[in-house]
Amino acid sequence: MNKTPNPGFAAEFDPARVREIALRLKDLEGPLLPILHAVSDAFGYVDDRALPIIADMLNLTRAEVHGVVSFYHDFRRQASGRRLVKICRAEACQSMGAMGLIASLEKALGVRLGETSSDREITLEAVYCLGNCALAPAAMIDGQLVGRLDAEKVMQRVRS
Amino acid sequence: MTQLIFVPDDSAALSVGADDVADAILMEIRKRGLDTKLVRTGSRGLFWLEPLVEFGAPGGRIGYGGVTPESVPALFDDPGHRASLGLVEEIPFLKSQQRLTFARCGVTDPLSLEAYQSHGGLKGLRRALQMKPAGIVEEIVQSGLRGRGGAGFPAGIKWRTVAEAQGAQKYVVCNADEGDSGTFADRMLMEGDPFLLIEGMIIAGVAVGADKGFIYLRSEYPHAFAKLSRAVEIARQEGVLGEKILGSPHRFELELRLGAGAYICGEETSLLESLEGRRGQVRPKPPLPALSGLFGKPTVINNVLTLAAAPTILAEGAAFYKDFGMGRSRGTMPVQLAGNVRRGGLIERAFGLSLREIIEDYGGGTNSGRPVRAVQVGGPLGAYWPVSLLDTPFDYETFAEKSGMIGHGGVVVFDDTVDMAEQARFALEFCALESCGKCTPCRIGSTRGAETVDRIMQGENVADNTALVRDLCEVLRDGSLCALGGLTPMPVLSALDHFPEDFAAGRRAPAHNRK
Repeated sequence: MNKTPNPGFAAEFDPARVREIALRLKDLEGPLLPILHAVSDAFGYVDDRALPIIADMLNLTRAEVHGVVSFYHDFRRQASGRRLVKICRAEACQSMGAMGLIASLEKALGVRLGETSSDREITLEAVYCLGNCALAPAAMIDGQLVGRLDAEKVMQRVRS
Repeated sequence: MTQLIFVPDDSAALSVGADDVADAILMEIRKRGLDTKLVRTGSRGLFWLEPLVEFGAPGGRIGYGGVTPESVPALFDDPGHRASLGLVEEIPFLKSQQRLTFARCGVTDPLSLEAYQSHGGLKGLRRALQMKPAGIVEEIVQSGLRGRGGAGFPAGIKWRTVAEAQGAQKYVVCNADEGDSGTFADRMLMEGDPFLLIEGMIIAGVAVGADKGFIYLRSEYPHAFAKLSRAVEIARQEGVLGEKILGSPHRFELELRLGAGAYICGEETSLLESLEGRRGQVRPKPPLPALSGLFGKPTVINNVLTLAAAPTILAEGAAFYKDFGMGRSRGTMPVQLAGNVRRGGLIERAFGLSLREIIEDYGGGTNSGRPVRAVQVGGPLGAYWPVSLLDTPFDYETFAEKSGMIGHGGVVVFDDTVDMAEQARFALEFCALESCGKCTPCRIGSTRGAETVDRIMQGENVADNTALVRDLCEVLRDGSLCALGGLTPMPVLSALDHFPEDFAAGRRAPAHNRK
């Protein structure tokens, strides 16, 4: 699990697969988040077309499902770039120069925080605490936690 | 006798290459045909030494800090090299600690139930199973244990309320949404000693009459999720979870749930909403979750460290636990030292340790070598303190008297390059990002506040705008349902109070934290 597959892929949308996921999980107590996580894992994002299917199977309104999807930072509405850099912007990392690091990464990668490069090669995102605060600055690069980070280390990884 | 070598399998250790070091060690063992076994443990919490490799020896484990795959062969070649850190237990940072909750973390294989038991695990649960539920609750009450998530509410009182509540179905919910910057104790424990949390939750379940538990874990902790999932499976196979726990008439089931990147879901009522499958919006209290919690049923909701303290209290007795600490803060507190500090890590000690001891004695000052200027204790909603307050002892009440809070025990150190106006602005920006939107002062005031701090930083009507920010903080504090809106004023006002020079007119060109 610590070597999670690259989250940047996007599988083609398949309503049958959404139905299958929802059917498998719908009897859990409070099934909506587990279903959304599973859909997100299966496709790399939560496609708008999945919402009415899930709503129907859980006997919820589309508005309710949309409300939940849009509330949580994790449920992206389209796939990320092929490489995903989530860089920590919280206080402990700030104290070790995270803000400056982010600025130099934006320059080096040619993409602003919160954006995906036009060739969909890389997404740079902010995250608020990865629990690696004694080895700051930290980032999650393609699902792998990296500590004592500098711009060079990030570039090395995303170019590997 | 087979020699043992220990390498942590903890996220922080992995983040600086522990897996590559472990691979190199395995290769070396094979190459040399040694009768040696590699054991993956949690972390000792001496993070500046990671990857920290330990070689088992008759007198105790010998440690080597900052090991790289390239340096591995030398550890095998040169016994002198082996003395680099000496006995791990003798490293001053570790030796002076009082590890109750973290006694096994970094020592044992976290997924070996056998190792867990041979190091005192399940002793608390076995004793609890011999007791009447009310007796278990009483033990927790007597121990003086308070909620380690931040609010510091007496855990025993919460358990008693749930135990006395009417209802066929009750729940135990573990809040593992450790979102505060500067904290990592929950993560370390879930990765390094997951059975302890499971044991604590079962004890809570037996005490209050709940047969179902949920752990709500933040999605930023995938490694902890993997470790805990495996531990739950093992506990189920071994009869620790499920029907007839350890042969007793009690049953307890446990489910793991992932959060989805919302800081607010660390707030207990928002967490319950999220578990139920809704937007993580805060609920008004009353009703208390103890009476009407998850799915409207009586629910114990506690932080990881609170639940993980229960086995020790049951195993050793309330008096043993209560003996640690000061004032109304009883037991030990796992302090997490982070940020710009030379030796960052986990310090479990009785309450009462001063911030100066934490930062100077344990931490060795800043990592940059520059003077300490500010310390934020208690996460993003905690106060920023100047060095003049460093002699404050770690204690709920003493911190509150000085308009601060210990929160979940995170201590983040900043050197003298910090701009406190930027930090105040960030606190408001973070509140805006993470607000659930229920209360207007938090939803809108946070954005307006960040804009106003911008104006102050640009030297625009500084006195008026400062008064406006203070006024806004009052509205936030008094007009918010939960701690996000209610406590965002703490970092903002403490920055204004203790570091007024950083808000002085025309001090700088508008350079921002903003993206």
